[in-house]
Amino acid sequence: MNKFDTLVQELKYKVLKEVALNYYNGTLDENIHDIPKVISPGPKATMRCCVYRERAIVEDRIKLALGGDKANPNLLEVIEAACDECPFGGITVTDMCRGCLAHRCAQNCHRNAISFGDDLRARIDKTKCVNCGLCAKACPFGAIINKKRPCEAACKINAIHPREDGITEIDESKCTRCGQCSYSCPFGAIMDKSYITKCIDIMKGAENGKNYKAYMIVAPSISSQFHYAKLGQVVTGIKKIGFTDVIEAALGADMVALNEAKDLAEEKFCTSSCCPAFVRYVETSFPELKGKVSKNLSPMAAIAKYIKQTDPTAKTVFVGPCIAKKMEMFREESSPYIDCVITFEELQALLDALNVDLTTLEEKPLDNASYFGRIFARCGGLSDAVKEALKEQNIDFEVKPVACSGLDQCKIALTQAKMGRLQGNFIEGMACPGGCIGGPSCLTHEVRDAASVDKYGHESKETTIKDAISNSMADPSICEIK
Amino acid sequence: MEKVEVSICVGSSCHLKGSRDVIEEARNQIMRFGLNDKVELKAAFCLGQCGHDGVTFKINGEIITGITKDKVASLFENTIVPLTK
Repeated sequence: MNKFDTLVQELKYKVLKEVALNYYNGTLDENIHDIPKVISPGPKATMRCCVYRERAIVEDRIKLALGGDKANPNLLEVIEAACDECPFGGITVTDMCRGCLAHRCAQNCHRNAISFGDDLRARIDKTKCVNCGLCAKACPFGAIINKKRPCEAACKINAIHPREDGITEIDESKCTRCGQCSYSCPFGAIMDKSYITKCIDIMKGAENGKNYKAYMIVAPSISSQFHYAKLGQVVTGIKKIGFTDVIEAALGADMVALNEAKDLAEEKFCTSSCCPAFVRYVETSFPELKGKVSKNLSPMAAIAKYIKQTDPTAKTVFVGPCIAKKMEMFREESSPYIDCVITFEELQALLDALNVDLTTLEEKPLDNASYFGRIFARCGGLSDAVKEALKEQNIDFEVKPVACSGLDQCKIALTQAKMGRLQGNFIEGMACPGGCIGGPSCLTHEVRDAASVDKYGHESKETTIKDAISNSMADPSICEIK
Repeated sequence: MEKVEVSICVGSSCHLKGSRDVIEEARNQIMRFGLNDKVELKAAFCLGQCGHDGVTFKINGEIITGITKDKVASLFENTIVPLTK
């Protein structure tokens, strides 16, 4: 049973688990300095050059598990001790270049950036090169490579680059907190701040519902997580650690879909607002389109608001695949409703810290939302839901959605919208490739995930959005940001 | 006089046991007895009674379990209507 995609993820998990365990038991102050030795016992190093570096990295991870640097407004931090200072510099000719006569590299270069020295080998003029890679494709020896750091390659909006001393640095003004860099770094040198201790305070403070009720809101992508157990067992596990109920964020998505359809018909053009990284991307890089972002809460905030309407003393914790979602804990429009945000990785750490083995538990049902609310987790799902919501509400408006997943796709659509050349009237913007199922804090990123989201969607008792809403007695207009 | 607070569980378990039909029936009963101003019908998430058959109600703080669609009318007649008087 392998719960993790990579050893990096497993290391992150181990630290989170130790922190959660000690915090829960009230032994953190006493044991905090021993955790690095628990993770990296030595004497032989298994991950880095020596155990001392391994332990230094673990210490930084502990700080992040406890909320990280308060002075840094970003949710993502570079762990300097862990950054391997990978090679960078873009298109580079290697020693494999044999100095041939054909010069296909130069022939294919549209920028005239390649010349040949006395040794007959190719040279690239960096002032002309745009890193298009055509020369690399043309070389029959594969002698030209693209030296790009995985973090840089993962960031589709160029918000990350090497500092002068070689360590990677995040550009705070551009960063959307999508977290793709953190998942992509093969050394695990970028980590998200965790609020797992806040979650523990909420769980414990509820005293099994005596003081107040703690609700866990689960993202629809949960269906593609915890492969080793059944979803019903995950629900039981969450209740076992102190939550009164587990509620689908997808029910909030149902509400958002109904409202968004109405707004779209009125405004004639808008973008979605579900993905906080996409919203931040619009705010920071396309300020002229800010007014076009849907004025609805995200599904998470909408359902959290509804829970607090039914139970004013409730505390709400969201669990999902998303780092950017943690921003919504601090955003003015959503902070009154959502008390804490954790990730699937953090939930796994929490369950294991409390010794809850999901596979041994009975199954409890999870069914609040419709098929359409559930498929928000994958690219195109939100667009399908808005289409359905127009139909169900008899609104005569033809939506032409442009579903974008990955900030590169979002950038193209937003640029077109800015120029008035978008072939559509609704942008579904998701920062992660494939939608939320490609989120950085998923436990798995497998190809079957999109299919498992659809399968989970079809298991829903309610087949229409309106049925799901009427069952929950909610008024979808609560989604509106006033 | 304060409204009688009637919460119906719409958590996953009750949902699957038919809370939607029960809510509809409760709305019908409110119409039948003309209780619009006297009863506040609300949703609640899990009330911790998942083990019982039927849907769970909370009426002015008191938990009542095992309500199916056909039991809603008598619940109104015997419990809710007297509270409104």
